[in-house]
Amino acid sequence: MGRGKGRSVTTPAPTLPSPKSEAFGGGVLKGRRGRGLDRRSTFLILYLPPLIWLGLFFLIPILLMAAFSFRADTYGALFENWNLGLNQYATVVATGSYWRLLAVSSLMALVISISAVALSYPLSYFLAFHAGKRAGLYLVLLLVPFWTSYLLRVMAWKIMLGTDGVINSLLMYTGVIKEPLEALLYNRSAVILTLIYVWIPFAALPILAALQRIEWTLFEAAADLGARPYHQFMRITLPLSLPGVLAAFFMVFIPTIGEYVTPLLVGGSRGFMYGNIIQDFFTKAANWPLGSALSMIMLAATLILVFIATRLIKLEDLLQ
Amino acid sequence: MSNRRAPFPLSLYYFSIIAFLYLPIAVLFLFSINTNTTFSFPLKGLTLDWYQKLFQADAVLRAARNSLIVASGSSFAATLLGIMVSILMMRYQFRSKTLLLGLAALPLIVPYVVLGVALLLLFSVLHVDRSLLTVGIAHTVVALPYTLLIIASRLAGFDASIEEAAMDLGADYPTTLRRVVLPLILPAIVSAWLTAFTVSFDEFALALFLAGTQPTFPVYLFSQLRFANRLPIMIALAVLLMIGTLTLVFIAERFRRRET
Repeated sequence: MGRGKGRSVTTPAPTLPSPKSEAFGGGVLKGRRGRGLDRRSTFLILYLPPLIWLGLFFLIPILLMAAFSFRADTYGALFENWNLGLNQYATVVATGSYWRLLAVSSLMALVISISAVALSYPLSYFLAFHAGKRAGLYLVLLLVPFWTSYLLRVMAWKIMLGTDGVINSLLMYTGVIKEPLEALLYNRSAVILTLIYVWIPFAALPILAALQRIEWTLFEAAADLGARPYHQFMRITLPLSLPGVLAAFFMVFIPTIGEYVTPLLVGGSRGFMYGNIIQDFFTKAANWPLGSALSMIMLAATLILVFIATRLIKLEDLLQ
Repeated sequence: MSNRRAPFPLSLYYFSIIAFLYLPIAVLFLFSINTNTTFSFPLKGLTLDWYQKLFQADAVLRAARNSLIVASGSSFAATLLGIMVSILMMRYQFRSKTLLLGLAALPLIVPYVVLGVALLLLFSVLHVDRSLLTVGIAHTVVALPYTLLIIASRLAGFDASIEEAAMDLGADYPTTLRRVVLPLILPAIVSAWLTAFTVSFDEFALALFLAGTQPTFPVYLFSQLRFANRLPIMIALAVLLMIGTLTLVFIAERFRRRET
């Protein structure tokens, strides 16, 4: 899924318009000369298409899903059999396995995002402070796998981990094992491994951006005052790169908790995540109201996470 | 810390991770030229047969063509909407601005499984059959945050006084946009379009819900994974598409870099 693929080396950051353009936008020239279309009619031409598009294909579908989640029955028609009720939510609350799966998915997302951040921090550190002139080249080297199709990278792991896959056949060929290891594919570990692999280059980007913003004079001052490299790292580098670390954490955690494709490919039934039960209720099981209720819970969890993230990270810190 | 030379373990670590990142991709490539249909060592021999068979497989080419259609259409729409919202964001003040920007940026954080089933719900209650169009609509929604971000940062990069000058010289606002603003943000538009194209081209999570009987390439690839003997052909195609996507991404980066 294209999720998280800004595909840009450094995140392009919209800076705030200058005071001058604010004044301009504020309508200093509004209606000027009255020739042709003025700014106000242009406004409507620019404003209506995106609003209608996003309203119709983003806002309404989600509101519709919210409405469906309050249907007591499991009918699919829009205008018939509307019995409002909290049945679906009651079912969700009463079914322990849904909560367990949500908890397991959150835990998996936590393990994946912490691992991806921890593994990519030294990568960013190397690029920011020790790669010298070649930093640009090394960064591209890191990003090429990230630019490669997500589905293909996940598929590659399926081929790597399978019973007659690359790792097993290589181990048997070299005589390390006699029987293929069954435990490599179709479980939670395979999902975790694959997703850490997928996210490493992505997690490195915000950390790199934070490290690159640190002023060199700080290190010089610290060295002049006698701070050893270890203390310089603990007192300067780490605290100042923390916004980047947090951003990386949330940029991995939020999409991962809603994952369903990777479990589908390498997880099998033992590696299912919360997203997979939503998918099941909309495809195989065809219980849309219950699926909608499960989706609303997922959406609420995601929005709460985003809210926490924006509290912890000042956006301006990242955009500079 | 004043010592900028790479300490050996750190560079060793960097290149080990790089090797780890490239390994599965290399394996994929290797098996696209492997004689055997199973993915196991030792390799029996090397062949380009799979690439040849690829161009004789109608369904594969149809799926690739479907993806091309969806990606072209959705990237065009997403870029157009991105231009509109960027100009509104950077050059206008209005009451519902936060609402519009929120709506445009929110698809970035809504889980794809949620958006996918919500759109599935919408199209089925409206009795719209699932098709390439429904996939394209979904891709437009998720590509918009990217095109918006790329174009808006370019718009922020130059001063609005250029527009004032154009209007002082008698141009109305649409003319100013067409003759002054659009040429200036052209590199960003190209970059945004290419980004939206690649986002759509290998998007799977939404397409799986919305593709119906016309699979896009990722959906088709997924449906073929069960058939072991077809896999090498799929991987051959995957390798070709990977090269295509990477080329587009590099061109997009070129255009984005030109901005500054």
